[in-house]
Amino acid sequence: MNVDDLEELADKHREEYAAVKTEIRVCTAASCQSSGALPVLEALTTGCDASDHAGCCVKQVGCMGLCSAGPLVAIAAKDAPLDQAQIYRDVAATDAPEILTSAKTGTPMERLHCPTEMPFFARQQRIVLENSGIVDPNSFKGYVALGGYHAMVHALTEMTPAEVIAEVTTSGLRGRGGGGYPTGLKWSTVAKMPATQKYVICNADEGDPGAFMDRAILESDPHRVLEGMAMAAYAIGANKGFVYIRAEYPLAVERLKTAIRKAKRAGFIGHHICETEFNFDIEIRLGAGAFVCGEETALMASIEGGRGQPRPRPPYPAESGLWGHPTLINNVETYANIAPIVREGGDWFAGIGTERSKGTKVFALAGAICNTGLIEVPMGTPLRDIIEAIGGGIPGGKAFKAVQTGGPSGGCIPEAHLDIPVDYDSLKTLGTIMGSGGMIVMDETSSMVEVARFFMEFCMSESCGKCIPCRAGTAQMHGLLDRIVKGEAGRQDLALLEELCEVVQATSLCGLGQTAPNPVLSTLRYFRAEYEQRLLEQAA
Amino acid sequence: MTMQRARPSLPSDDKRWKIVNATMRRTGYAEHALIEALHSVQDAFGFLDEDAMIFVADSLDLPLSKVFGVATFYHLFMLKPQGRHSCVVCTGTACYIQGAGALIEGLEQRFGVNPGETTEDGALSVMTARCVGACGLAPAVVIDRQVSGKLDSNALNAKLEQEIAQ
Ligand SMILES: Cc1cc2nc3c(=O)[nH]c(=O)nc-3n(C[C@H](O)[C@H](O)[C@H](O)COP(=O)(O)O)c2cc1C
Ligand code: SF4
Ligand code: FES
Ligand code: FES
Repeated sequence: MNVDDLEELADKHREEYAAVKTEIRVCTAASCQSSGALPVLEALTTGCDASDHAGCCVKQVGCMGLCSAGPLVAIAAKDAPLDQAQIYRDVAATDAPEILTSAKTGTPMERLHCPTEMPFFARQQRIVLENSGIVDPNSFKGYVALGGYHAMVHALTEMTPAEVIAEVTTSGLRGRGGGGYPTGLKWSTVAKMPATQKYVICNADEGDPGAFMDRAILESDPHRVLEGMAMAAYAIGANKGFVYIRAEYPLAVERLKTAIRKAKRAGFIGHHICETEFNFDIEIRLGAGAFVCGEETALMASIEGGRGQPRPRPPYPAESGLWGHPTLINNVETYANIAPIVREGGDWFAGIGTERSKGTKVFALAGAICNTGLIEVPMGTPLRDIIEAIGGGIPGGKAFKAVQTGGPSGGCIPEAHLDIPVDYDSLKTLGTIMGSGGMIVMDETSSMVEVARFFMEFCMSESCGKCIPCRAGTAQMHGLLDRIVKGEAGRQDLALLEELCEVVQATSLCGLGQTAPNPVLSTLRYFRAEYEQRLLEQAA
Repeated sequence: MTMQRARPSLPSDDKRWKIVNATMRRTGYAEHALIEALHSVQDAFGFLDEDAMIFVADSLDLPLSKVFGVATFYHLFMLKPQGRHSCVVCTGTACYIQGAGALIEGLEQRFGVNPGETTEDGALSVMTARCVGACGLAPAVVIDRQVSGKLDSNALNAKLEQEIAQ
């Protein structure tokens, strides 16, 4: 199959829906399902009868972003982007007749209206999420009709593996799983290994508590991740891939399984993909609730069926990974960026974002913020824009206090630094990290010492226990933070805490321990007074 | 020529063992399918007891210590029977900021159980999880596998009482 054949197939799938003029899209991603999207879907589907609503069709789609206003329903011309749709929020099954009428007559209804001119929608630039909220995640045909698998077929039939890697290198894409390692460089390292057996892994463990980008991508547009993995496998010379996904995400697992099954049946995964010489099979592996398994060496130990404990690097997975074979491991969002890069070219991608952080980034906005949900903005967007314009600011008339990025490995950014552009390097200068994209906003009622204790409690209970600085250090630091919170600690305890931070950072084996002190260090840096206020007044 | 190793017989004639066995057969009784096997035991029985771990260890030809080591490493695996209903309170960052702590306190006051415990009458198990992926609805809880969001302590307790009464 070449690109022309695929185009023909896409045309065929488009024709099947030629009669559809208006789509009634119901978000059935996990968050909207929890708010009651399924009864809405059912009411709309039964209410939309063919004779009375000619040209209308009810369709399940993935996340539209504004999850806290769910269930969301959008009325749009076929394949129209989200910002050209009419979106309704907080929809209940009883609203179905009114929505169907508005779809039929084309007159928007005022009630439930969610303006797409608002910055939340207007200020985003969707690349990773371009199909999210538009394509039916369970439909292989729907994905192909929207141009899906075009990049893969193009790569397999018209590009050499080296050309694919060159395109990714040119794009400047950096890993979206937290570390920000240049993706092209990682791919070429694995590609250079002489081994015959190599593996590709997709890290969908998403352990940062309060982040849901990867879940939303998998629930909304799973084929796009498979397409990215297949191109990666082609580029590095692997024939087998694993998706390691948390068991806490049953819907994402189910949709991914469906996508793999359908792609296999259509010949887009498996033996002789699209009648080429390339073979690539994908298997799903479920996590079982251990944060440390997001770390790459622990993740591989877990895929091998063991306890998910990290091991020292080097050797890096690129040299010796799964069962000792060279292994490429990337994050869900990293893979989701590959199709547009191959389709539009690395130069196009490199034109978006900043000097050293290219492309866009998906963020999960949560905590004390009006518009909780998923957004995608170009790298370099000022943090203030994200919080105030896109996020809609702080609810309840409260004052902003800090935004936490990077989860348990990151830190808190205060008001004074809100004008910083969000990119890998700027965040680092503030003592935090980009991380995978979780952003938790805190208002004036949050105590920063308690936040630091919260993260330390997390690291303490998630420490795998393999090395002493992390196992014992996180427990000691948690104990000290607890005493500070309760007003039982003195100045020397604070000094000890700071010293421990340094030791644990410097001597832990893996990223979990090495970064566990970050939330403490960053809150100490910007909110030291809050710590001091709680100290017992005793001279040092 | 490879010899087919004899597989252990099922621990009892409980049909659920067949499901567990089928999972292991599907993965060719591979060592690396241990976690899948334990997931299937837990899905079928609700928790992992010693019989189950011995059966899995025998089937996959692994030392029991390895199976036990893996089962205890991962937070999702339960080694004790669970209550008839379960309530998982999300203690991820978003939910923490939006008041997960108050939900846990409320549960303790109303039902007398802390996270990880089951009420004496076996009606309810309370657990915590780190982010169930519904951060937009924080604080989130999962009651009998159904995610609910934006509940306060009174509403949560009332909802659970209703579930238990049914
Ligand atoms: C404690 C710890 C947890 C991690 N959790 C995740 C995770 O949940 N998802 C992820 O993609 N990467 C996670 N990582 C980073 C991975 O080790 C790895 O760097 C990443 O998957 C590489 O993919 P990328 O280059 O595409 O970012 C974690 C790292 C550490 C140290
Ligand atoms: S730093 Fe912590 S999590 Fe990492 S290996 Fe050591 S004990 Fe385990
Ligand atoms: S889950 Fe429906 S909008 Fe995000
Ligand atoms: S932090 Fe609770 S659902 Fe994500």
